[in-house]
This record gives sequence, structure tokens and C-alpha cells, in this order.
Amino acid sequence: MPKQLYTAHQSEKGASRPQISKNTFARALGYLKPYRKILVLVTFCIILQVLGNVGGTYLLQPIIAGIYNEGNPTFLGIEFTDKSVFLLYMIYILIGVYAVGVIGNFVSNRILITISTGTQYRIRSSLFNHMQRLPIRFFDTHTHGELMSRYSNDVDSVNDFVARSIPQIVSSSLQVITVFVLMWFSSWQLTLCVCVMLVIMVLLVRFFGNKARKNFQAQQLAVGKVNGYVEEMVEGQRVVKVFNHEKKVVEGFKDINNKWRLASERANGYANMMMPIMSNLTNVFYIIIATVGVLVCIQLPKNEIGSFLGVLASFLILLRQFANPINQIAQQVNVIFQALAGAERIFEVMDTEPETDDGYVTLVNAKIDKQGNISETTERTGVWAWKHPHGDGTLTYTQLRGDVRFEDVTFGYEPDKVVLRDVSLFAKPGQKIAFVGSTGAGKTTITNLINRFYDVPDGKIRYDGININKIKKDDLRRSLGMVLQDTHLFTGTVMDNIRYGRLDATDEQCIEAAKRANAHFFISHLPDGYNTMLSGDGGNLSQGQRQLIAIARAAVADPPVMILDEATSSIDTRTEWLIEKGMDALMEGRTTFVIAHRLSTVRNSNAIMVLEHGQIIERGSHEELIALKGKYYQLYTGAFELS
Amino acid sequence: MIGIMRKYSKGYNVYAILTPILVVFEVLLEVLIPTLMAYIVDVAGKVATGRYVIGAEGNNEWWDTFLTNNPQFAEGTTLLWTLSGICLVMAVLALVFGGLAGHTVARAGAGFASNLRQGLFRSIQDYSFANIDKFSTAGLVTRCTTDVNNAQMSYMQLLRIVVRAPLMLIMATFFAFRLNADIAWVLLIVIPVLGGFMAFISFKTYPKFRKMLHLYDHMNSTIQENLVGIRVVKAFVREDYEQQKYDKSAQDVRFAYLAAEKIMVWVNPVAMLVMFATTTAIVYIGGGQIIAGKMDSGELTSLISYSAQILMSVLMVCFIIIQLVLSKASIQRIKEALDEKSTITDGDNDKQVGSGEIVFDHVNFSYSNNGDNLTLTDINLTIKSGETVGIIGGTGDGKSSLVQLIPRFYDVYSGDVYVDGTNVKDYKLKNLRDGVSMVLQKNVLFSGTIEENLRWGNEDASMDEIIEAAKIAQAHDFVSSFPNGYNTDLGQGGVNVSGGQKQRLCIARALLKKPKIMILDDSTSAVDTATDAKIREGLKKLNREMTVIVIAQRISSIENCDKIIVLDEGKIDAVGTHEQLLKNNKIYQEVYNSQQKGVADNA
Repeated sequence: MPKQLYTAHQSEKGASRPQISKNTFARALGYLKPYRKILVLVTFCIILQVLGNVGGTYLLQPIIAGIYNEGNPTFLGIEFTDKSVFLLYMIYILIGVYAVGVIGNFVSNRILITISTGTQYRIRSSLFNHMQRLPIRFFDTHTHGELMSRYSNDVDSVNDFVARSIPQIVSSSLQVITVFVLMWFSSWQLTLCVCVMLVIMVLLVRFFGNKARKNFQAQQLAVGKVNGYVEEMVEGQRVVKVFNHEKKVVEGFKDINNKWRLASERANGYANMMMPIMSNLTNVFYIIIATVGVLVCIQLPKNEIGSFLGVLASFLILLRQFANPINQIAQQVNVIFQALAGAERIFEVMDTEPETDDGYVTLVNAKIDKQGNISETTERTGVWAWKHPHGDGTLTYTQLRGDVRFEDVTFGYEPDKVVLRDVSLFAKPGQKIAFVGSTGAGKTTITNLINRFYDVPDGKIRYDGININKIKKDDLRRSLGMVLQDTHLFTGTVMDNIRYGRLDATDEQCIEAAKRANAHFFISHLPDGYNTMLSGDGGNLSQGQRQLIAIARAAVADPPVMILDEATSSIDTRTEWLIEKGMDALMEGRTTFVIAHRLSTVRNSNAIMVLEHGQIIERGSHEELIALKGKYYQLYTGAFELS
Repeated sequence: MIGIMRKYSKGYNVYAILTPILVVFEVLLEVLIPTLMAYIVDVAGKVATGRYVIGAEGNNEWWDTFLTNNPQFAEGTTLLWTLSGICLVMAVLALVFGGLAGHTVARAGAGFASNLRQGLFRSIQDYSFANIDKFSTAGLVTRCTTDVNNAQMSYMQLLRIVVRAPLMLIMATFFAFRLNADIAWVLLIVIPVLGGFMAFISFKTYPKFRKMLHLYDHMNSTIQENLVGIRVVKAFVREDYEQQKYDKSAQDVRFAYLAAEKIMVWVNPVAMLVMFATTTAIVYIGGGQIIAGKMDSGELTSLISYSAQILMSVLMVCFIIIQLVLSKASIQRIKEALDEKSTITDGDNDKQVGSGEIVFDHVNFSYSNNGDNLTLTDINLTIKSGETVGIIGGTGDGKSSLVQLIPRFYDVYSGDVYVDGTNVKDYKLKNLRDGVSMVLQKNVLFSGTIEENLRWGNEDASMDEIIEAAKIAQAHDFVSSFPNGYNTDLGQGGVNVSGGQKQRLCIARALLKKPKIMILDDSTSAVDTATDAKIREGLKKLNREMTVIVIAQRISSIENCDKIIVLDEGKIDAVGTHEQLLKNNKIYQEVYNSQQKGVADNA
């Protein structure tokens, strides 16, 4: 079995081990790429906002000094003789500066919410897009709720980061840089001391940040677990109730709930440390610099004291202004880490290898002229052909006829557990091939291989002579109509569900298909007929009715090859007998694979394969097998019962 | 909202109470440290310029006296060192209090959220199917995760802010008024204006957030459905179609969210505007007073900084209120789920199910509780304890609906169902369901090993009992063939076993319960005839008095039953033994013939 099929397993194991991925951050930011140009505008607005904020604060000083000090106040070289005029004039300027800040704030926020909701949407959409291409194995190894939480909680946490943290960090960083430059010009010696403080801060942030991040990862993992558990238990409610298991289930919930609690407690606990550490470290530094400054000052000669004190005083003011934005950044720490943990889980799915599809043979509508030449056409002709490009650049068309062959296929879902052994079979176009055998003999596995839900190595399965690994998966599956053992319907009307088989089918075609599947009668008796809404996997219908709709769905698809996997198991035999004609019409001229344990269903097959332990032990038509007097005969006459 | 917070903080109240206390200390230090630092800088300046005189420093008489009485502070540097030392200690204390508060609040918040989730999950377990349909699975999942998360965030914010903001507000207002009452009145105008604006915004956004969350449920449902039906999606190559469907629901969320945020986006700039306007007003009025010589510059600077502090704390309160309003949408959703009364509730009778006697008395049933749309009509039926009863009928004729009334999954529309002589409505649900075991048509196994799944039937079962049940259900052989046997992991929904194997495990699970009534709802549909026969044989051999009800498609599955019920379009068409029905009942004959045709042809 190809190695890539195991990636789902590997990544699942990887999830429990919190790994640090430096790229996560860059990758998450990558989602902002389409907004590059507008982000420039946002940054500009944030700069305006910072200017308004900082500028306003800086203006206060000259205003107060101007009106308080003796003599005529000046501003930007203009001398005012009247202090009241100066005050009024300055107030206008102040209003202007503030207005710039407010406008900058509004515009940047307004743009950012558009960007963030858009980003949120795009992450979700591309996650879904990727997930649709993952192999069935992936879905078989992840709980639904756990996957759902990646769309909700993890995407939300990334969004919080984009919408709230980024602007905060940008504006705070701008302030930090501005103030830092000012400090440097004020006194580079003292600024170097501040650098020491910064180093200590960074170290502390890293220490607590690491702890917080690990716990945020654990938290997001726990969220996924809770999601999975709730989903599974609500879906399985009937069984929970049958077994009076409510209390037990609540107990089980307690366990994972507690894991979440502990992770959340630790993660937030560590993240909450950031604020007091940052603000008090700056306080400590402030005191140290003030005290040390004085000690230096005392040693200085008298004439230098004045200027030194001036520098010291202005430096201390700057230091306080330096602390504010750093605190604000510290407040964002938990949002950032939570977002990173969420992003990692999203990328984990995105990095899972999609279904391998190296196929290049495609399915096209075809026309056949009198000479038997096949040509491609866009309209639906009912004739299909495989378009097969070759290495030398030529194209050949092979008519789709429904010839399916297995050549010594051996397969296991896990490497050490063989489910099918040396299975060889052929289905000639238009034949009806049935698989009979006890449960777990490998009947469904055969169909899983034909539609490539699971892959077998090269050359073992051929479809119209073409190795199915060369056929594009989508086209392969389009050529196969399937009615699966577990019937799944979707939220929507009955009509929508039938139309799922062929999206461009008209209402008449859908009703026609429903009539063939003998579903028309009961559908017409539903409260709203074909417009009856189905919800919760068609929960308001009986199992048999759902199977009838599923058959209608496959019928409307009108595929060249049909696979019916226990398609009628929940339909009573009388109804089955009634739809037999329709089913016969459905199978007419198509290659059909039928799995059924009801032998009456398979009797008129061209060939019946009796499977046991993954091997075909008998094959032939009904008459041949009866004449053979082997297992089938015994099974049929009831003389011997398969186990 | 507060009610919910109180109720679900149980066990973490210590942390919930400790947090505001720690915050009080944190705030006090936070206010004291800058004042002290300003004083230190002041002293430092004087020391450096040699203008330091003991006892003539502060504006405070008490402080001057204190200094004068302590001659060791005659040297300015000593005072400076001492004050710096105190200040450092205070900073460290502030750090400790802050850090502790951070931890206690995280603890209280996480505890509250976990209690809330637990409570939510517990009430979900009491739901009837009608309740679940009302919320949808995805809706309940969102409530347990996203909504509880929102509630946790507000709870934590509330704990931290509940003392901080008023304390800051009171202290700053007090100082501002002491400083200059002529100007401080500006604040008294601004605060209610700001508060009113925030209230308006909250009022406007709340419905939008509710709508967004509703669409969010819908989006999650789309994902869930896609995951459940992924095989159908892939078989029909509908990935692109599903993508469109999902994209649409995700777009709906996007624009609903945007609509809410579009209102919220005003909060920040308006808050800034108000703050700036206040500062400007104070500067203007204060400036005038300075010019008039009624105030000095230091006073004005302090006033500005106090007003900034006041507005900051008002803003904080506003933000918290807004956050609460937003989480109110979430909390409301949680409350709905918590308060949802199960449509099926316990009866008063403590009785256990003693025998497997079942009586249907003029039962009408409708899924939509609508007398015009009956699924079952006038069912009258008596099943004696220990009988084996077969039910046969067409697709959608009400077979499953009939048996679901016995363990009271649904209530009848009219009429009564009795088990062991007692109306099912009078039983405690637990007692009733303890006596009734049911293997459902749609079999569900849970993540975990085979053994764990079987133990659902009886968690105290010995391994021998488990194996015995598995043998009767014809599951033992294939389970033993797995490398890990009963420890084989099943994956969600039992994806690792085939349909027929799943059904047999479900039968074994039901058997372990040792019920008085065993219902097999078409539970061998994916099992081959031979195995089916063996299971029936095994059940017969069981030496228990157990009423068995078998719904089946195959005549062979029920022909040996004591009694066979033929259902037709929700009505009982006939009751009798195989022989009687074969003689008298047209439907039964038809079914029989449809299944015997092949054999007859070849005989």
C-alpha cells in the first residue's frame, strides 16, 4: 500500500505533541497578503492615530508653559501678545491634532474589521477546500466534532489576532520606536541601560510566554476533544438513552472538561503574568535610573549639574511614555499565543496530504460517427469516452463501456491485516456482478477500491482497459453511481437531495427517478411532497425511505456503472419487489456491482462471486452455482449456513 | 447573567473573591507608586542641587513633622535611598499581587467555564429528541465551546474590573475635585454622555451578535453534515458543490459579523473623541484660570492627568459592559439550553420493570404532535411477558415508531402504553429504560475499544459475561480474529468494522443489559441469513424470561415467533402466528411470496 495513505495517522499522532513551528506566524500573516495595498493605508491611519495621541500630549506642555510663564508666549516662531488669543489659537491646533488621531483611529478600525472578517472567511473556505480533497482515511481517523472545532474556535482565535492584536501591536510598536529614538537622542548612555531592561523583559516574556503557549496549545487541543465528545454523544443520544448511560456520559465529559479547565487556567495564568511584570519592571527601572542619576549628579562639578538634571528629568518622562505601549503589547500576549495555537491546528489539516490523484485520463461526452470514430462534444449525448493523452502528445478516445477488471488484487486497510487476497474478476460491459458472502468478507472493500476511496498499487484494476490510477479521481467517480450501505441525506428538500445526483436535473427528471425507485408514492404523502425539508440526516424519515431516496439520487445521476452496496437492506421485500422493475431498468445496459445478502436480490446477476475471508471461492451465474452444488447452493437452499 | 455566574462559580469562589481583593492592593500600589516616584524625583533633584532641607519637603505637615523627628534623614541621600528602597519593595509587591491576581482570575474563570460546560452537558443529556432537534447538534456543540468561552472571557474581565474601575474612578474624582472643583464638573457631564453612548451601542449590537451566532450554528451544521456524509460527497464528486454550500454559510457569518462590528467600530473613536474633548475643555477653562492667575500650571497638569485616569476607568467600565452585552448573546444561548425543559420527564412511580408485559391501548402517534398527520393510528396490542413477537410491514409503515414508544423515546399523541401493568409515563425514565433494551436500526458505536463499547450494556460485567453475550450475537469469532481482540479500537461511529459486524456488536451490547424486554429493530439487516439464524437460536436458548420484539424484513427472521404483527400504513393489519397469517393475511402472503419466489422457481 502506498505510503502517503498513512499520513492521517501520522498527523494525528503529531497533534498530541505540541511542536513549535516558527513558520506558523509567517503563514498566518500570509492570509493578509491580498490586503497588502490597503494595509499600507491602515498603517498610515494608525500612524495618524499615534500622532494624534502623542502629538496632543506633547502640545499640552508648551500650552501650559506659554500661558503660565512670564513674557509673551511664542509658538512656531509666532509671538502672541495676548495670552487668551494664544490659548484659543492653541486650542484650535489641539482640536486639529486630536481630530487627526480620531479619524485615523476610525478609518483604520473600519478597514480592519472588513479585512479580518474577510480573512476569517478565506481561512475557513480554504480549510474546507483542502479538507474536501483529503482521503477517506483521514475522515475515518478524526472525530467530526474535533474537526469542526478547527473551523470555529481555531479560526476565531486567529481572527481575534488579526482584528484586535495587529492594530494594537502596530500602534504600540510605533510608539515604542518613536520614544526609543527620542530617548536615544536625550541620552544614549541611559538608553543603553534601558536596553538591559529590555533584554530582561524579553527573557521573562519568553519564559512565561513559552509556558503560556504550550498551555494554549493544550487548550485548543482540549477544545477539539470537547467538541468531538459533545458531537458524538449528541449524535448517539438514542443509544445513550437506551442504555441509561446519561450519568456515565456526563462522567466521561468531566474528564476532558477538566483537561480544558487546567490548560485554560495555566495558559491564562501565565499570560496574565505579562502585564504586572512589564509595568512593574519599568517602575523598578524608573526608580533605579532616578536614584543612580542622582548619585552620578552629586559627583559632578557644579556647573554641569543643571544640564545633567535637565537630561535626567526629560529622560524619566520618556521612560514613562515608553512603558505604556509596552504594557499594551504585553496585554496582547495571550491573544497571540491562542491564535498561534489555533493556526497550528488549522495548518495541521492543511498540511495533510490530499488524496493522491496522478490521473490524467478524463471523462468526456462523446459522439460516435458512422465510421466508429469518437469525437469530443460538450453536450450531453449519453455516450461517454475516456480522453487519454499520451506521452508523445497524441490523444486517444476510448468509449466508456463499463469493463472493469481486477487482477490479483491484494489489499488491507492496515499493512498487517489483509482484507482481500488475490482477487481477480472481470465485469463485461452491461453485466450485473454480485458479491455474496458473510459480513466482513470484504465485499464493501471491493467497491472502496473501484471508486478509489482507497488505492491499490498500479495496474491491478482496469476500467475499459485503462489502469484506474491513471484516471482522474473525479472523472472516475462521476462514471460510477453509488448507493452506499450507510445512507446519508443532506439538509434541504427531498427534491434537493435527489438532485444531488445530478445538479442540472430538472424537477421532472428527479420525479421520474423517484418513481423508478418507488419513492414517489411515499414522497407524495409527505406534508410538503417533494418540497418537504429534511434535516438531521433525514431523521424524520424511516431508514427504508431514506434508502429509496438514495436510490433515486443514484438513478438521476444516470451513470454508466452502478455500485449498489446493500442498497435495499432496510427496504421491505414487498417494496423491493415493487421496485425491482425500476431497478432492472436502472441496471439495464450498465455494468452493475451488487452487494446483498438477500439472495433474491442477486439471483438474476450475470455472475455471482462468493467471497470468504477476502477470497473469491466460487463464481458463476446463479444456475451454474446451483449446479456446482458448492457453498452458494448450500446457502441458497439453506442446507448450509455461512458464518 | 449574574445569577448564572454565581451559580456556576461553585468550588472556585475562593479565587473569585480573592481576585478583587488582590486587585485592590494592586490598584492601591499602582496609584501610590507614581506619586512616590514623583516625590523621589523631586527629592533627588533637590539633593543633586544641594537644596535639600530636612522637614521642608512635602506639602504634607504630617510628613514634614515625621522627617524632622527622625534626624537620620538629615542627609538627603539617606532619605533618597530609603524612599527608593520602599518604592522597589512596593513595585515587587505590586508585581506579586498582580501576578497572583492573574493566576486567581485564570483559575476562577477556567473553573467557572468548566462548571458551566458540565452543567450544560448534563442538561443536554436530559433532552428528548424533540429538544435536540430544536437546537441541532452543531448548535449544542457551539454552546458548549464558543459560547462558554465568551462567557468565561467576560467573567474574567468582570472579576478584574469590578473593583479596579470604580476604585480608580472614585480616587481620581476625589483628587480632581479637591484640586479644582470649578473645572472638575466637566467630568460630571462627560461621564453620563459616554455611558449613554455605550448603552446605545450595546443596544444596537446585541441583536446583530445574536443573529451572527445563529448563522454560526448553521455554518457548523454544514460542516458536520459534510463530515458525516463525506462518502456520499466523494462518490458523487460533489466537493465543489459542497464548497459552494459551505462558502455561502461562511459568507453569511462573515457579513453578519461585519454588520455587528460596523456598529462596534464606533466605540473606539468616540471614546477617544470624548477623552480628547474633555482634555481640550479642561485646558481651555484651566488656561483661562491660569491667565486670570487663579491657578498654577502644576494644578492644571495634575487635573489633566486625573481626568485621563477617570475617563480611562469610565472607558474600562464601558468596555466591560459592552463585552458583557456581547457575551450576553452567548450567555442567553447557554441559558436557553440550560433552561430547556425536556419534553419527556420522569414519572412519579419508583417501580422497576418486573415483567416484560406490554400493552398498547388506543395509541395514536405523530412525530409532529399533529392529529392530522398520524404515523400510528389506533394501535391496540397486548404482548405477554416472555413472548417473542415479530413485526413486519412496508417501508415507512411505522414499525420503528411503534417500538420507540415502549422505552418512551417519544410520547404518544393519545392513548396509553403500559409496561408491566404501569403506564410508561409513570415510570422513572431510568427504571423504564433499565428494563427495556433496544438495538436500533441505525447502529451507533462510540470511539473506544470494543470492550468499552460492550460495557455500555453493563459496566460491571465480567469478561466471561461479555464473551458470552458476544457469542450469542455471533460477534465473538470476528472479534477474536482481530489482533487486539476486545481491545480493538473502533474509531468514531465504529468505522473500523463492517456494517454487519457493527450490528452484531450492538446486539451483544444490548444483551449484556439483561433486559426484561429486548427490541431488535431490523438490527440484522446487514447480517447474512445464516448468522441471523444463529443469533435467533442463541436468543432462544437464553434462559431468561425476556420479551423479544423483532422487526424484520425477512419472513425467516420472524416465522417462528409466538405472534406476528402486520403493520400497514400505521395501522395493525393483522396479528397471528406464521401459519395463521399465511392463511388469512393478504399482505403477509405477498411478503412471503416475494421472498420465496426464487426458491420456488428452483425447487
